[in-house]
Amino acid sequence: MPELTVAYRTYGTLNAARSNAILVCHALTGDQYVAEPHPVTGKPGWWDAVVGRGLPVDTDRYFVVCINVLGGCMGSTGPRSARPDAPGELWGTDFPAVTIHDMVRAQKRLIDHLGITRLFAVVGGSMGGMQVLDWAAAYPDAVFAAVPIATAAYHSAQNIAFHEVGRQAIFADPEWRAGRYWQTGGRPSRGLAVARMCAHITYLSEQALARKFGRRLQHVAKDPSEAINLFGEMFEVESYLRHQGSTFVNRFDANAYLTITRAMDYFDLATDHGGDLAAAFRGTPTRFLLVSFSSDWLFPTAESRAIARALNRAAANVSFVEVETDKGHDAFLLDEPDFHRTLSGFLSGCAEHAGLPR
Amino acid sequence: MSTHDRARLDGEDAVRFVAKNMRLDLRLIAGMIAPNTRVLDIGCGDGTLIEHLFRTLGCDARGIEIDMKEVTRAVGHGLPVMQGDADTDLRHYPDGAFDYVVLSRTLQAVERPREVLRQMLRIGTRAIVSFPNFGHWRLRMQLLTTGRMPMTATWDRHWYETPNIHPCTIRDFFALCEAEGYVVENWLAADDAGRRSLWRRAARLANLFGEQGVFLLRRGVQERNRI
Repeated sequence: MPELTVAYRTYGTLNAARSNAILVCHALTGDQYVAEPHPVTGKPGWWDAVVGRGLPVDTDRYFVVCINVLGGCMGSTGPRSARPDAPGELWGTDFPAVTIHDMVRAQKRLIDHLGITRLFAVVGGSMGGMQVLDWAAAYPDAVFAAVPIATAAYHSAQNIAFHEVGRQAIFADPEWRAGRYWQTGGRPSRGLAVARMCAHITYLSEQALARKFGRRLQHVAKDPSEAINLFGEMFEVESYLRHQGSTFVNRFDANAYLTITRAMDYFDLATDHGGDLAAAFRGTPTRFLLVSFSSDWLFPTAESRAIARALNRAAANVSFVEVETDKGHDAFLLDEPDFHRTLSGFLSGCAEHAGLPR
Repeated sequence: MSTHDRARLDGEDAVRFVAKNMRLDLRLIAGMIAPNTRVLDIGCGDGTLIEHLFRTLGCDARGIEIDMKEVTRAVGHGLPVMQGDADTDLRHYPDGAFDYVVLSRTLQAVERPREVLRQMLRIGTRAIVSFPNFGHWRLRMQLLTTGRMPMTATWDRHWYETPNIHPCTIRDFFALCEAEGYVVENWLAADDAGRRSLWRRAARLANLFGEQGVFLLRRGVQERNRI
């Protein structure tokens, strides 16, 4: 690939010593708009409960950088980018397969460009957490503190399986057109929406679904010609998922979804280090905080504990907390006071060790 | 304090009594640790000792705690603590990762105390262990006079619900160290008020009057060869 664009946003001020930078890594369908309204949807930033003035990642104190991942569709080079070697053509399905490490390498180029030799912290949840782990393994001296949240050192067979269901839904959409939907100006919205609906179930928990929707029904006008109104009524949970699916397709590209889910599926940090996860972190100077959520079945606590134990084997400095919640994997994005207190305290403690001024 | 006095303690007094003992315990342990060393505190609670070691002695002090609420409090306070279990999680650390491994008032509550000690002296050059002394005269007296399991402020739970499943005496601990080939580099016993009198240097007297024992151990030569 002859050239690469990375789209990013920053918040707060980089200090003179360039020592207060925190890189926030976004998840599968996230983007760089971490703490400001999204330009497409107008919704608040995806982590505006965590990143901002006076929040755990305090933009009054830290300089926050968030970068759209390589393969994404919010400005960084990805399948929706123009092909430099074929004028008028987009990459589409010809976009090369990327890995989590490729994403991290692209981010490192930007961090170097910003003149930051050592990030004070790298923080991220889910796929963002995978990037955090990769950062800490690949550039230990450039990461003072690492916070992988609700994540794993490899993508499990069950998670790959859910991704595959989503991908098949996209392929099954008549608008998919072998991935060249952009040529006709259409897009596989139905397929991408179903992929999102399927994935969204994995982000919640049974308790959260029961609490939010239960078995409540809502009536809709019956119209046999529309599958959506076939029964004349729908469960609230159905309505919720359909809404999640239909809003998602407005802001996300199907080919980018395929590229990024594949990158997650390929992630296996131990295999990249001879099968021993501890080898990825041997002698690391980085201070780690691992956070998991009790009802997260997509990246269960056992996965974080496995990382914690590997870090123990590497004699690394590691803190590990499981937050009690019924909100499932999504909890890392939501209002979880215990999580926010933990993150805030950890960063403050690290700031003291790093000699950051208060 | 007589048995009757102790029975009159209300909840608040009992809590204060324990807290005072905890501080004494940690102070004695901190006194055995050299500055600027690597320390692992097993069962670190809210991290009081590791914070003290970091702030006053410049130690790289870390903690393991089984109770998630305490872990959250400690990490939220900026201390490096991970949720874990002394019985199962020590085997994940490499040999000699620490200068000191501390186990304060927890040995009597673990499932396999001998294995935990072995692990401590594998991952650390030295181990510091404190435990409530079951040989204290008040406990002996209660068992002798009432024929029932003793109950004191330290041993305050009924036999059927106590987490302290492996109580031992100071002399028992000396015997275990000898059997395992550990060198006792330093030890002391303290009474409930923290007084350290003449008896503290004599094991038999300490076993009678000491409310708690604190031991600084290192591996013996034989033990080191075996590992």
